Amino acid sequence: MKQLDVKWAVVNETSLMFYMAEDLDVEQAALIGHWAALIKSEYAEVCEVTPSYTSILVQLDSPHVELEGFANGIVETIQSGAIVGSDHGKLIELPVYYHSDVAPDLEAVACASGLTIAEVVEIHTGRDYTVCAIGFAPGFAFLADVDPRIALPRHASPRAFVASGSVGIAGRQTAVYPADSPGGWQLIGRCPVPLYCPGEDPASPFEIGDKVRFVSIELEEYTERGGHV
Amino acid sequence: MFEDTSEAQGLRVIRAGVHSTIQDLGRYGYAGHGLSQGGPMDLQAHCWVNRLLNNIASDATIEITVGMASFRAECDLVLALGGADLQAELDSELIGNWRSFVIKRGQTLKLQPARKGLRAYLGIKGGVQTESMMGSCSTVVRNGLGSAIVDGDLLSAASHHAHIDAHVPPRYLPSYPETITLRVIESYQARNFSPQALKVFYQSEYELSADSNRMGARLEGESIDSPNEGIISEGIALGSIQVPSDGQPIVLLNDRQTLGGYPKLGVVARVDLPQLGQARPGTKVRFSPIALSQARREWCQFCDYFSGV
Repeated sequence: MKQLDVKWAVVNETSLMFYMAEDLDVEQAALIGHWAALIKSEYAEVCEVTPSYTSILVQLDSPHVELEGFANGIVETIQSGAIVGSDHGKLIELPVYYHSDVAPDLEAVACASGLTIAEVVEIHTGRDYTVCAIGFAPGFAFLADVDPRIALPRHASPRAFVASGSVGIAGRQTAVYPADSPGGWQLIGRCPVPLYCPGEDPASPFEIGDKVRFVSIELEEYTERGGHV
Repeated sequence: MFEDTSEAQGLRVIRAGVHSTIQDLGRYGYAGHGLSQGGPMDLQAHCWVNRLLNNIASDATIEITVGMASFRAECDLVLALGGADLQAELDSELIGNWRSFVIKRGQTLKLQPARKGLRAYLGIKGGVQTESMMGSCSTVVRNGLGSAIVDGDLLSAASHHAHIDAHVPPRYLPSYPETITLRVIESYQARNFSPQALKVFYQSEYELSADSNRMGARLEGESIDSPNEGIISEGIALGSIQVPSDGQPIVLLNDRQTLGGYPKLGVVARVDLPQLGQARPGTKVRFSPIALSQARREWCQFCDYFSGV
């Protein structure tokens, strides 16, 4: 249970930034996700809400809304009702095939960490991660915190091609690439479940504050669920 | 007798040109899932074209980058053109820009490369009828929502015969100069930039790089000292000016990524962004500060004039 100390600033003619914290903290994600959803649903003047690790960018539809009054109203709402349990957010289970055939960095990550591949998998699947931000590409969820034992930095130079579904590590964060793209994360597995379906609603299962649990699967289940080697 | 409804209604794409996409006012409400808003790079030209047709501002138009496109009418339609002048010819007859006109079934509209400006907007009375995805018809290629139009596509539209011949009053016509000045609302991390860095920013002339696209306008010129500390990634408003460590500013545009971790020194005034949407590579770009109240006043005027924006 936490109280947020909210600061706001004008960004442009119709946008306001709400800063909910100064430092990164996984625990805040659930609160930020909660307030972002609330601002989006409760204020008709709002046309876009972009939450991130410590902030929420709010864009207003009409150019006529008086910004200071509107911002103070939101801050007041947040601070008067700001007590939300840290259990906010749903749990998403994602199957992952951890194998060198689909994960070019799996052996190197094990090697650099002084662990076996089985231990890397056990550590990666051994805790729930929190969605702290969604960006870079549609449906790309930044998940924290990765166990320090396998928290390898991203590659100095990104790969030109990372296959859709690739599960990567970059420092204390992990993520699944929802589509083929360039990328510099250490790739340790592949998830067969599509995580961005353009045109569908929701297009992606993640909201900030959700929890993600990775579950290790074998090749058979991976291919059954649509995965490619 | 029934009318033959099996016949195609609309505008047939004969040549799609370099890069032509369908755009309405953009896709809102999905930034939380990482989706870009899209929308016309020159909002003003898009709005004029719809206004010439008595459409609403949110009707979809075709954004034609560079030009070199041609279309054939599959039924009688009322069209309008605005933005970059593409020397439009209707069955080989020059018809001029910033105006509406009737195209009869079977007639061809041919567009040349832009000589000034970069993007033209082609509107159809009643709007281009296309599938709305997540609340918008805007094509955002990098989000897998729509794709650039290709030769042979049919841009569906309802038939119209009513002759309307409307023009944009000459005093409103933009000139697409070689040097543009964009006014900046200082915000975000502006205070973290040194006075010297801001002085460089406002006193230098930057050149628009050929590397620019619908995501962002990359500028080349004197390096701006960027505050060293990286920032925690945060939401990026349309027109945000980010300064990576190489000191070369990037103005983030319609198809921008939703989050970014580079320091930003402010946001280009909404009413000035069409100038950037029409700037060709090599255009000289200068910046000057604008007070928030002034920027808001001008944006209000714009929105009220083209009501529904």
